[in-house]
Amino acid sequence: MSNENDFALRLDGVTIQFGGLVAVNDLTMNVPRKGIIGLIGPNGAGKTSAFNVITGFYKPNKGYVEFRGRDGAVSRITGLPPHRVCQAGLARTFQNIRLFGSETAIQNVMIGSYVRQRGRWWMNLVPFTFPGASREEEEIRANALALLERLGLGAYAETPASSLPYGAQRRLEIARALATKPEFLLLDEPAAGMNPQESAELLKFIRSLRDEFDLSILLIEHDMKVVMGVCEYIWVLDQGTLIADGSPEDIRMNPKVVEAYLGKEAAHA
Amino acid sequence: MSGLNSGDKKLRNNALTIFSAAALAVCLWLAPTFIDAYKVRIINLIAINAILGLSLNLIYGMGGMFSLGHSGFMAIGAYVSAILIITPDQKQLMWILDPISPWVMNLQAPFLLSLIAAGVAAAFFGVLISIPVLRLGGDYLGIATLGFSEIIRILITNLTPITNGPLGLKGIPPHASLLMSYGCLAVMLLCVTRLMRSNFGNVVRAVRDDEVAAKTMGIDTFRIRVLVFTLGCFGGGVGGALMGNLITTIDPKMFMITQTYSLLMIVVVGGLGSMTGSVVGAILITTMLEWLRFVENPITIGSLNIPGIPGMRMVIFSVLLIAVIIFRREGIMGMREFSWGWLLRDAKKGGAK
Repeated sequence: MSNENDFALRLDGVTIQFGGLVAVNDLTMNVPRKGIIGLIGPNGAGKTSAFNVITGFYKPNKGYVEFRGRDGAVSRITGLPPHRVCQAGLARTFQNIRLFGSETAIQNVMIGSYVRQRGRWWMNLVPFTFPGASREEEEIRANALALLERLGLGAYAETPASSLPYGAQRRLEIARALATKPEFLLLDEPAAGMNPQESAELLKFIRSLRDEFDLSILLIEHDMKVVMGVCEYIWVLDQGTLIADGSPEDIRMNPKVVEAYLGKEAAHA
Repeated sequence: MSGLNSGDKKLRNNALTIFSAAALAVCLWLAPTFIDAYKVRIINLIAINAILGLSLNLIYGMGGMFSLGHSGFMAIGAYVSAILIITPDQKQLMWILDPISPWVMNLQAPFLLSLIAAGVAAAFFGVLISIPVLRLGGDYLGIATLGFSEIIRILITNLTPITNGPLGLKGIPPHASLLMSYGCLAVMLLCVTRLMRSNFGNVVRAVRDDEVAAKTMGIDTFRIRVLVFTLGCFGGGVGGALMGNLITTIDPKMFMITQTYSLLMIVVVGGLGSMTGSVVGAILITTMLEWLRFVENPITIGSLNIPGIPGMRMVIFSVLLIAVIIFRREGIMGMREFSWGWLLRDAKKGGAK
């Protein structure tokens, strides 16, 4: 990117191997602050593996990941366990939705805000002993409800997450991620399983999220309409290696990318 | 009830709870004068089993950790409490295999303090065992905790200077009166309910349902699991101490796997993850275990004479447990909780018919 020093997240030479298989090979990339950046590639290109490295589920064999918060402090997040990565300000969603199914929508969001909760568990054991902790609990509930309403899920607040419609579950997962008060949001195929109208709404929604919550967003997506419509910059992975990066227009024209997606014949047609 | 707003409803529910708790307390206070001692003891045992069931439910139902070690934690609690409240003179007479260690002989504490000490001791062992063992999941965890409870039992049998070995402890002062047991149950129900209704409760269920997603939400899932396990062990220790005080005699054979097994039945029959379910389960299982004693006596049907078979009621119980698992896996209450709104709504529906 143009300004090397204004990154929110930087991967430097990240390599992950599973036995003999190289899932991600020497990946170096930058996500600028307040950017909406796409990470695309055919199935098995290593996109989700890259996400799992960033969020602490995999430890890279080589390379490191750096995160810069709003305060400008740079911290190396490679090697941190997932919950510490979240505490540092990165939140993510999953390709296959992973909500807490038996909990209601509002409880799902409240669970997200636990990471920023100051009151400890024992403060709620005996009534009236820690009024501060009870007040915080009420605040968390009120904030969760407000967040649900902001994402158009207010009507579902008391519904178990597993019985929500599909699109609402996707949005609830984002709401839950936002409840952790992130500075950086990773979306793993947010438009998967959505119809064209729903994905068009999603585009607007992702942009408004960035502005409203002051976020940097990195998203994995298969739906090219969504990628081209929302991303300001795109990185393309194929078989674990970075094959191209650039603005949506550059990527659309790039023969390497067309080849990776559609095969050699299509690229030369 | 539709005319009431939520604040009024809360007030009404609290009033109903306090009123019925007071009514129950009066009944329990009067019970010993009107009911024979055997029945009083069973009613008392219901409360203790409810405490134990609730604590196991915290680990298994709410925390999702399959633990078969509860009798071990009960044993720790029972011995700690008994050693603290038996007088030195009594102890002097009791230890005949090996001389008692002097510091064990002089340890003394009032009953309530001994209950807390029992819980703390069990919780301490809970932390100790959970840190290596909770890295395991599912069936492995069950096997590891089962092994732990056997280790505890064998240690108690062999640490004669401290525990009086296989002879056990006799003449424990019977402090576990009806009001005491039900008081402990009430305190525990209140604490567990408040805990599980707070956001921490949401987090505990989240860790049970999807550990990966919980980690992503910034939750240190291992810590939460250790904490919940430890709290459950605390309950197990207190329950074991009360049990010792009710029966007034404890020995290592009391805390075999069958003890854990009946607790497991209480939890599964009542409903995994339901606090009130554990109480319902305790009432059912405790009364049935007593009532079913007749199958172990010799029975004469016409000319057919069946000799008494010891252990027969456990056979019947196993069949019942299998039936519950096949036909109603979620137990009586499922994951639901008893609530006044639920009861009154149902009563209203019944009235409208």
